[in-house]
Amino acid sequence: MSNERHVDQVTGVETTGHVWDDDIRELNKPLPRWWLLSFYACILWAVGYWIAYPAWPVIAGGYTKGVLGYSQRATVAREVATASQAQSGLREQIAKTPIGDILKSPDLARFADAAGRQSFAENCAPCHGRGAQGSPGYPNLRDDDWLWGGKPEDIMQTLRFGIRSEHKQTRTSQMPRYGLEKLLDDAQINDVAEHVLSLSGTNTDKGAATRGAVIYKEQCVTCHGDEGKGKQEQGAPNLTDKIWLYGSSKDAVMQSIRTGRGGVMPAWEGRLDPVTIKSLAVYVHSLGGGQ
Amino acid sequence: MSALGKVSRFAGASIGGGPSFIATAVGGSMTMSEDRNRLSDALAMFAMAAVAAAGLTIVFETVEPAMMFHGALFALGAVLFIVFMMSYKGTRDAGSDFTDGPIRLAVVASIFWGIAGFLVGDILAWQLAMPALNFDLPWISFGRLRPLHTSAVIFAFGGNVLLATSFYVVQRTCHARLAGRWAPWFVVWGYNLFICIAGTGYLLGITQGKEYAEPEWYADLWLTIVWVTYLLVFLGTLWKRKEPHIYVANWFYLAFIVTVAMLHLVNNAAVPVSFVGSKSYIVYSGVQDAMTQWWYGHNAVGFFLTAGFLGIMYYFIPKRIERPVYSYRLSIVHFWTLIFLYIWAGPHHLHYTALPDWAQTLGMTFSIMLWMPSWGGMINGLMSLAGAWDKLRTDPVVRLLVVSVAFYGMSTFEGPMMSIKAVNSLSHYTDWGIGHVHSGSLGWVAMVSFGAIYCLVPWLWNRRGLYSLKLVEWHFWTATIGILLYITAMWVSGITQGLMWRAYDKLGFLQYSFIETVEAMKPYYVIRAIGGLLFITGALIMAYNVWRTIRGDEIRDLADQPRVAAAPALRLQPAE
Repeated sequence: MSNERHVDQVTGVETTGHVWDDDIRELNKPLPRWWLLSFYACILWAVGYWIAYPAWPVIAGGYTKGVLGYSQRATVAREVATASQAQSGLREQIAKTPIGDILKSPDLARFADAAGRQSFAENCAPCHGRGAQGSPGYPNLRDDDWLWGGKPEDIMQTLRFGIRSEHKQTRTSQMPRYGLEKLLDDAQINDVAEHVLSLSGTNTDKGAATRGAVIYKEQCVTCHGDEGKGKQEQGAPNLTDKIWLYGSSKDAVMQSIRTGRGGVMPAWEGRLDPVTIKSLAVYVHSLGGGQ
Repeated sequence: MSALGKVSRFAGASIGGGPSFIATAVGGSMTMSEDRNRLSDALAMFAMAAVAAAGLTIVFETVEPAMMFHGALFALGAVLFIVFMMSYKGTRDAGSDFTDGPIRLAVVASIFWGIAGFLVGDILAWQLAMPALNFDLPWISFGRLRPLHTSAVIFAFGGNVLLATSFYVVQRTCHARLAGRWAPWFVVWGYNLFICIAGTGYLLGITQGKEYAEPEWYADLWLTIVWVTYLLVFLGTLWKRKEPHIYVANWFYLAFIVTVAMLHLVNNAAVPVSFVGSKSYIVYSGVQDAMTQWWYGHNAVGFFLTAGFLGIMYYFIPKRIERPVYSYRLSIVHFWTLIFLYIWAGPHHLHYTALPDWAQTLGMTFSIMLWMPSWGGMINGLMSLAGAWDKLRTDPVVRLLVVSVAFYGMSTFEGPMMSIKAVNSLSHYTDWGIGHVHSGSLGWVAMVSFGAIYCLVPWLWNRRGLYSLKLVEWHFWTATIGILLYITAMWVSGITQGLMWRAYDKLGFLQYSFIETVEAMKPYYVIRAIGGLLFITGALIMAYNVWRTIRGDEIRDLADQPRVAAAPALRLQPAE
C-alpha cells in the first residue's frame, strides 16, 4: 500500500496520502466555507434561543428560565382563557335560557347551532351519520318522524337521559318478542306483518292482512294505537308513514315482530356539559324535522 | 459447460459450503491453529447447547402458547446452528484473505426481509385507505402489522444490509480477515433468529408497546448477546488491521454499533413477570419513559439509519465511481459533530407534551445545529462525483447511490425544520411525519442499500458483473417514482390534516370533525399505496436480478457495465 501523497488529476487537489482497499483515497480539501458559516449560524441561533427561552437544567435545581419568560403551560392557560372568554357571554346565556327561547333569539340560536354542529360531528355522527341521515337501527334525524318526540324539549330529554340507557331517568319501552316468546306462530306473524304493511298501503296479500288485523287489535293497539299512528310517550313508532327504522321489507317487519326491537341511545348527561347538550338539541331540532 | 461457467455454478452452489479447507490463521503452525479451531468449535457447541436447553426449558415450563412457540424457535435455531457447524467443512474463502460466507448470508437475508417488509408496509397502506382489508382478523390488523413492517424494514432489511456491508468494508479497508471463527456466522444467524422471534411475536400479540423497541425482554436479551458479539468481531478486525489508518466508513460503523448497544440496553430496561413468560414491565414510567423512548427512537434514526448507512455511503460511492472522497477534513468534522449533536435531539418528538420546556428547547436547538453536520455527509457523497458525473448517466448503480444521498440531504433538512416548535405544531401527529420518515427510509436508506447490494453481489459471488444492468435501470425508475408518489401524497395529506385539525370557525368551534379529516385523506392514501406498490415492484426486479447473478447466468449487458462491477479478481486494470 503506497502512502505517498499524490495529486488527483481531475481536481488538481492533493490527497491525504491514505489509500484503502487499493484505490480509495481522500482529497485534502478544506471545509466548504458556506458549510462552516451555516454551521456557525445554526450554533449562534441556538445560543440565542437558549438565552431567550427555558433551556438548561441547573445542578442546584430548576432550569434557566430565559429572558422572555416563556412557559408552555402559561401560554396554553392564556389561550384557553382567551378562547373561553370570547364565548363566555353566549355560553352563560344559553345555560340560563330555556331551549324554546334560544330558538327565538338569532344570536343565541346561531351560536348553539355552531356548537351543536361541532359536537354532533364528534359524538353523534358515528351512529346517526355525518348528515344525521341515520342508518338501519339508527334514526334519521332530518325527517319529521319522531319516536320520542321532536319538540326541542323532547330532543333534549332524549339527549340527556338516553333511551333504554343506563341512566336512572332514561325513557324506556320494549317491543315484545312475539316469535321468540311463542306469543304468535309464524303464520300469525306473517298475517300481522301484512296488516302492518297495509297501514301504509304496501301489503301484497289482502286475505292475510284481514286476518292480521284481528291479531293487531289484540296485541298491538295498546302501543301503536288503533290506526297504527304510534305513541311518542311510549316510543312506539308510527306504522302508517312509510318510514322504517329497521327496513321496509316484509322480512324486516316480520323480524321486528318475531324478535322485538330495543335500540339504545346513550345518555349524554355527565359526558357532555349542559350547554353543549342544549346546543346539540338546538342543532338537531334545526336539521329540518323539529316540531 | 465452460470452465468459467463451472466456477460460477460452483460458487453459487451454497452460501457457506465449499471445499474442505481448514481456516488457518496466518503465521500460526498447522497444529496450533487446529487446536485453536477445536477449542472454538467446542465452545461454540457448548454455547449453542445451552441456548437449546434454555429454549426447551421455556417450552416445558411456560403456560403461554406463544411463549412455548418462541422457546421452540430458540431451540430449533440452536440445533440448526449446531448442524451447520458440524457439517461445515471450512470456507471457500480460506483461499482468499477474507471471510465472506456470513456476508453472503446477510445479503440474501436482507433482500428477503426487505421484500417482506415492503409488502407488509403496502398492505398497511391499502388498509389505511380501505380499513375492511384487515378482514377482521386479529393477526393482520393494523396494530400488529405496523410493528412488523417497521421492524422488518429497519432492523431486518436495514440491519442485514449493515451487517453485510460493515463486515465487507471493515475487512477490505483494514486488509484483515474478520475476527473469530464462528462469531461472524453467529452474528448474522443470531440476528436473524432475533428477527424471527420479534416478528412472530408481533403477529401473536407479544409487544412491550415501545415504538421501534417492541420485542419483549427475552428477545432483547438475545439481541444483546448477538450485538456484543458483533461489536467484538468488529473491534477485533480493526485491531488486526494492516492499514495504519482507520477508514472513515469504519468510524461510522463503529459509532453505529456502540451507540445502538447503549440505546438498546437503556431503553429496554425491564422486569419480566416470569422467566418463562413473555410479559415484562419497563422500569421507567410517565414522562421519563417517554423521554427515554424518544432518546432511543430518535437515535435509532441517527445511529442505525444515518451513521450506519453513511458508513455504506463512504465506501461504496468512492469505490464504485473510482474517485477520491471530496474532503478528509469534512469527514472528520462532520463525523464528530454528527455523533455529538444527534444524541441530544430526541425531545423534539415530544414537543407540546408533558415534557418540560427546557428539554423541548434543547431537543429543538440541537436538531437545528445538527443540520450542517448531517449535510457534511451529503457534500462528501455528492462532491466526490467531481470528474465522474457522467457515471450518473451510464451506471444506474451510481444513480441509486447518488440519488440516495440527495434524499438524505432533503430529509436531513426537513428533519431540523420539523423540529422547530412552530412547524411541529402543524406537522406533529400528521402524515407529514410519515412522509418525512419515508423520504429518509425509502429514499436514503433503501436506495443506498440497493446500490450497495448491486455492488456486493458480483463481488461476493465472484461474477464479472450483474446479470443485467438494464434491470437495475428499471429498478431505479420504479423505486424513484414510487418514492415520489409516496412522499408528495404524504406532504399534501399531512399539511391538509394539520390545517383541518387546527381550523376554528368564527364562533370558536372546531371547523372539522376527526372523521372529516380522515375522509379528506383517502385519495392521498390510495396514491401512497400505489407508490408503495411501485417500490415493491422495483425490489422484486432486484431480487430477480440478484438471483440470476448468483446463479451465474450469462450476463446480458456486460459491455455496458463499468469495470468495478466485476469481482476484484476478475476486474480489468484501470487504463491509467
